[in-house]
Amino acid sequence: MSATATANTASANVIPFAESAARVTRDTRPLRLITCGSVDDGKSTLIGRLLWDTKAVKEDQAATLARDSGQQNDLGLPDFALLLDGLQAEREQGITIDVAYRYFSTDRRSFIVADTPGHEQYTRNMVTGASTADLAILLADARAGLLEQTRRHATIAALMGIRQFVLAVNKIDLIDYDKAVFEKISHEFREFALALGVRQITSIPMSALKGENVVTSGASAMPWYEGPTLIEALELATSRSTQAGGFRLPVQRVVRPGESFRGYQGTVSGGAIKPGDSVSILPSGTVANVKQIVTFDLVRNAAVAGDAITLVLDRQVDVARGDVIVSIDNQPMTGTSFDAQLVALQPGGIEPGRRYWLKSGSRRQRVTIEPLSQLDLQTGHWKSHASVLSMNAIGKVRLSFDEQAVFDAYEQNRSTGAFILIDPDTLNTVAGGMVTAKRGDVGGIHRGRDGEQRVVLSLPADLAEQLMASDLFANRRDEAEIRRMTSAEAAEIFSNAGSDI
Amino acid sequence: MSLSAQETEIKNPPVSRPPLDPHLKALENEAIHIFREVAAEFENPVMLYSIGKDSSVLLHLARKAFFPGRVPFPLLHVDTTWKFKEMIEFRDQIAEKYDLDLVVHTNKRGAKENITPFTRGSAFYTDVMKTEALKQALDAGGYDAAFGGARRDEEASRAKERIYSFRTPDHKWDPRNQRPELWNIYNGMIKKGESVRAFPLSNWTEVDIWRYIQAEDIPLVPLYYAAERPYVERDGMMILAEDPRLELLPGEEIQHGMIRFRTLGCFPLTGAIRSTASNLDEVIAELEIATVSERQGRAIDRDQSGSMEKKKREGYF
Repeated sequence: MSATATANTASANVIPFAESAARVTRDTRPLRLITCGSVDDGKSTLIGRLLWDTKAVKEDQAATLARDSGQQNDLGLPDFALLLDGLQAEREQGITIDVAYRYFSTDRRSFIVADTPGHEQYTRNMVTGASTADLAILLADARAGLLEQTRRHATIAALMGIRQFVLAVNKIDLIDYDKAVFEKISHEFREFALALGVRQITSIPMSALKGENVVTSGASAMPWYEGPTLIEALELATSRSTQAGGFRLPVQRVVRPGESFRGYQGTVSGGAIKPGDSVSILPSGTVANVKQIVTFDLVRNAAVAGDAITLVLDRQVDVARGDVIVSIDNQPMTGTSFDAQLVALQPGGIEPGRRYWLKSGSRRQRVTIEPLSQLDLQTGHWKSHASVLSMNAIGKVRLSFDEQAVFDAYEQNRSTGAFILIDPDTLNTVAGGMVTAKRGDVGGIHRGRDGEQRVVLSLPADLAEQLMASDLFANRRDEAEIRRMTSAEAAEIFSNAGSDI
Repeated sequence: MSLSAQETEIKNPPVSRPPLDPHLKALENEAIHIFREVAAEFENPVMLYSIGKDSSVLLHLARKAFFPGRVPFPLLHVDTTWKFKEMIEFRDQIAEKYDLDLVVHTNKRGAKENITPFTRGSAFYTDVMKTEALKQALDAGGYDAAFGGARRDEEASRAKERIYSFRTPDHKWDPRNQRPELWNIYNGMIKKGESVRAFPLSNWTEVDIWRYIQAEDIPLVPLYYAAERPYVERDGMMILAEDPRLELLPGEEIQHGMIRFRTLGCFPLTGAIRSTASNLDEVIAELEIATVSERQGRAIDRDQSGSMEKKKREGYF
């Protein structure tokens, strides 16, 4: 824990996760992370260095590398890019095509890295890698400072719900370990990340090539830096936890091995449960109590988010695959119209008015998409956009269902708030999306699931976009929420809402 | 594992194992989730069972995933007829002990055309007796999903494979055109004739497999543990010399020594390592300081760079 202690006394630019991690016991679940950057920033070298210095690369793999590259770098290490680019076409063309997953571990923890290409189709691949990540490493070349690309990557990572950032200020050796330059870059990054709603930020000066501050300390070259090395920062980060919210069990299967046993199998995707708890089955709304929590190893007296279980209820109720069993006092949203953000993943884009298959949890249903606006990654602003969302576009959309759908806001639950869209003709996965709210809510004070109150403002789209894009609003996201709405829509909601308002 | 009508409640065993560490628990939960999802979404799944350590872990997880029900799909073993004798004995014991539906398939071309690891090159032999045989068996069964024990840390091309790996009607894999896979939401929609290979162990490493075997007390083929065994040295590999079909070449002689295997396949193509690790603790201790990867002993991976990718594109696992 020495890293924690030193990190807390480090310069003001370094706000490590250690502050939250130090209070709880060390998280030993695997940490899933994503690396964002390009070859120019030294990304392959950084990942190669992590794998090499944690001894995840074996001798025969290194020998294959040496044989394939026929050359080594200055330090006598293999060409790490070849290690990372596993496909023949990638090695031949010297490009990275797709998301690759890497595994390494220390004595304290194991890590799963989603390694995504920096340039071509970066959005599509980055959202895929980011969807399961708890932390993002953003690479910057110390000589170049914070580039637009780094800002884009940070914006996408924040959008995908990543709340822990590490800024790797690489090639610090090439600017003579200049503390002032490092502090300028990390200060600038911190301001940017805070505006995105990310508060856990650690900036680390490093040389991936020389291995300084990656796995081993760079103190001899940078005595002025008192924060953690990259691996220490990763060891201290927290894995995603959705245990705080309400209980959620999307039912995958119904198991009936004999006449008298009926169990509902699934993975708990939020909250916790114990025998005797009352639950509601959505979308039907049927109520029952939990009788038993069964696993292969033992009958348990509790289950928490992440556990794959079989739930037995105390009465005969109609439960099928796709239903969600939830805590009775903390329920998700149900309805036929939701607001969401999505990323178009295929060349055809996402077409307005077209019917897609939507899969969320274990539920698959028909949905129609209406694009509302699109994120301009250059400026970070949302612009009105009602036509096709082309590949790699990030859009705000309205989802309309034929039947009742069940969601949490993605902000509150990354599992029950996420969905994919499937093209009904090609059956390919064409979008990934995150639900923001149930449609039809009007302004006022809303009590969130965490018990906090927020002001909700409904404004005409152009006004809403401008206000949302402002720094003033960005810093107060926790207090207020803005929704786009025309006066006609507002009138419609009021006329339909009846006694709800 | 089925319950009688009287058994309304499942009771805890008198003694239970200590809980898994959070890392292995997370991997186990993920694998169980994948098993259940595939079993629910596909009409006719099958589990590829190769008898090795990864298959043993896969089977254990399948039994956990569907408990208290029975494993709801058959196990398929592609038998080249050149497996280690102990593997086949172990396979039959396990199938009986756990009440499994076991399907065994052998490509008849092998016997007809005398295709053996000795008569033809390892690449051609593997292509016919493993890849072609697998495709025959999958077509014969009409399976639309096949579980496999492949891990992303095994080999570079596997690092890019999805958990649901989509295959065309002729079983081809197109690495450049894979479906995006976000969160833990898997797209199980396919057209008639297409299929999916599902890999519940994608995120496991070799060390995870061994630690899980230890924590869960999973039975393995004894060849994984060191013992005094006869072998011959050939092409830099130590080949087990107990099958009468192994003919000694000029200059070769049978030696004896403490050896074990890190992976199991066809005995003429699988090299042993020198080891004194005769139990799980010792195997794990040895693994943690190992400096070569487990596939180093596999002849088929060394044919050419990218050879695994080539085989996978053609339908190999």
